[in-house]
Amino acid sequence: MLLEVCGLTKKYGRNTAVENVTFAVNRGEILGLLGTNGAGKSTAMNMITGYLASTSGQIFIDGQNILENPLEARKKIGYLPEHPPLYPEMSVGEYLRFVYQLKKVSLPRKQHLQEICGLLGLDQMTDRIIKNLSKGYQQRVGIAQAMIGFPDLIILDEPTVGLDPKQVVEIRELIRMLGKKHTVILSSHILSEVQALCSRILIIHHGKLIADGSALELTNRSPFQQRLKVSLEGDEQKGRQMLLSLKGTTSVAAGIMIEDGVYEYAVEQEPLADIRLELFHQACAQQLPIMGLSRAATTLEDIFISLISGTMEHQEE
Amino acid sequence: MKAVFLRELRNYFTTPVGFIYLTVFLFFAGFYFSGYCLLSGSVELSAVFSNLFLICIFLIPVLTMRLLSEDRKNKTDQLLLTAPLSLCGLVFGKFGAALAIFAAGSSVFFLLGAILSALSSPDWPTLAGNLVGLLLLGAALTAMGTFISSLTESQVVAAIGSFAIGLFLLITDAAVSMVAQPVLQEILRFLSFNRHYSKFTQGILPLEDVIFFLSTTFLFLFLTVGVFERRRWK
Repeated sequence: MLLEVCGLTKKYGRNTAVENVTFAVNRGEILGLLGTNGAGKSTAMNMITGYLASTSGQIFIDGQNILENPLEARKKIGYLPEHPPLYPEMSVGEYLRFVYQLKKVSLPRKQHLQEICGLLGLDQMTDRIIKNLSKGYQQRVGIAQAMIGFPDLIILDEPTVGLDPKQVVEIRELIRMLGKKHTVILSSHILSEVQALCSRILIIHHGKLIADGSALELTNRSPFQQRLKVSLEGDEQKGRQMLLSLKGTTSVAAGIMIEDGVYEYAVEQEPLADIRLELFHQACAQQLPIMGLSRAATTLEDIFISLISGTMEHQEE
Repeated sequence: MKAVFLRELRNYFTTPVGFIYLTVFLFFAGFYFSGYCLLSGSVELSAVFSNLFLICIFLIPVLTMRLLSEDRKNKTDQLLLTAPLSLCGLVFGKFGAALAIFAAGSSVFFLLGAILSALSSPDWPTLAGNLVGLLLLGAALTAMGTFISSLTESQVVAAIGSFAIGLFLLITDAAVSMVAQPVLQEILRFLSFNRHYSKFTQGILPLEDVIFFLSTTFLFLFLTVGVFERRRWK
C-alpha cells in the first residue's frame, strides 16, 4: 500500500469539512476524487500532503505517518494544489531549479529538469517569466513542479481547471502517462474526466466518502443501467401498451415524438432482464416498426446524482 | 533551508526591494559618516552607529514585509509546507536571507573604516563592537518583522505592523518618564531597544545586551514557527 488513510476527519470549529474518510491506494493506480465544489476534496488532499493536520485519523505514505515523520513522507509526494504554487516573478527554469533544490532531489539536475520540461512541453519556456505565461502554461509549470524528483505519489487537485479543450486533452494524456509509472490521485468535479482517466473512483460528498470503486463497478450499481431507449413508428398509446406488456419491463415513460409519427420511449427493465428479443417479435406482430434501439448511456452523472440524493441507498434497502 | 535562503536572496534583486534597501541604507550611512567623521574631523564612528538605530527601525520592515505574507497570498506556502523541509528550516531560511541583506548593507563600515584608516587611525575594536551591536539589533528587528509577516497575507499590513512596533520601540524611552508605576517603568526600560543598543555605541560589548538581542531574535523566530504550526492544526 502506498497510501493509507484511516478515519480521516477535519473540523473547522463546528464545521466538519472531512468526516471519517478511509481508503487505501496501491502503487500504479490512478485514483479519482470526485465531488461537488466544497465537498472536501481539497481539504482531504491538503491533509494527505501534510499541509493541514487532521483533527483525527491517520495518514501513512509508504508506511510513514505524515505528521509523525513528515520529512520522509513528504519526499514521496508531489503535489499540485488547486492554485498552482508559483512565484510569478521567477522564470520557469529558475522556479523548477528552486523546487528541485527544495525537494532535495538526487537525480542529475540538468537532465532531470530537461526531461520534465520535455514531458510537459515547456522546453521553449524555461526563460520566460511565470507571470507572463498563459493560464495553461502556468498550470503545466504547476504539474512540472509536482513531478520533480519523480515522487511515488503525485497528487493533483483539479489539474485541468481553467484550461482550454486542447490543453485539457494534452494534460489528460500526460496524466495517463504518469499513471504508468507513478500513483496518481486527482480530484475533479468533472465526471467525464475522472471516468476517462481513473482506474478507481472515490466519491466525496459533504466530507463523507459515499462510493469507492472502478467506473464500471459504479456504473453497474447504477439504477439507470437497465434503461433502454426505443423508437417505434406508430401510435404512441399502442406503442406504450406493447412495451408495457413485455416481460421484464417495469415502467415506460410517455413517448416523445422525435420524427413524424415516430415516438421514443424510455423503458425501465427489471434488474438482469433483457426485453430486446421479445420486443422485436412483438413489434413485428403489432406492426410497430422499430426505428431505433439503444441502451441509455449510463454516465457518472447518473450515479453521482443518485448517490448524493440517496436514492441508491433506498434501492439497496 | 538552503533552497529557501537562496531563493529569497535572489528575490531581493529580481524585485527592486534589495536595491532600494541598500541604496537608502548606504545613503544614510554615508550621510552620517560625512557629517560626524569627515566634516568634523573625528575618527569616532559611534555617533554614526547610534543614528542608524532610527534608520534600521524604518528600513528593516521593507526587507521583511513580504517574506512570509507573499507566500500565503501566492499560495506558494502550499509548496513550501509540503516540501521535505522543516518549519524551522523554512523560517530560518527566510529570516537568514533578510538578515544577509542587512549584513551586506552593514558591511559598508569596513569601507568606512578603511577610509578613516587612510586619514588617521580609527579604533578598530570599538568599530567591531559597534558592528556587532548593529547586526544584533538588525537580527532582532528582522525576526520581529518576519513574525509580523507570518501573521497576514498582506504586505502592506505586515509593513504597517512592523512600523508600529518600531515606533513603539522608539517611544519606550520617552514613556519611561511618563509613567509613575515603578514596575511599568522597569518593564519599559527593559524593552527599550535603544537603551540596549546604545551600550554598544559607547564602545563596550555588554554581554547582557548581546543576550537580550539574541533571545529576542530567537523568541520571534520560534513564535513564527508557532504561527505556522498553529495554522496547520487549526
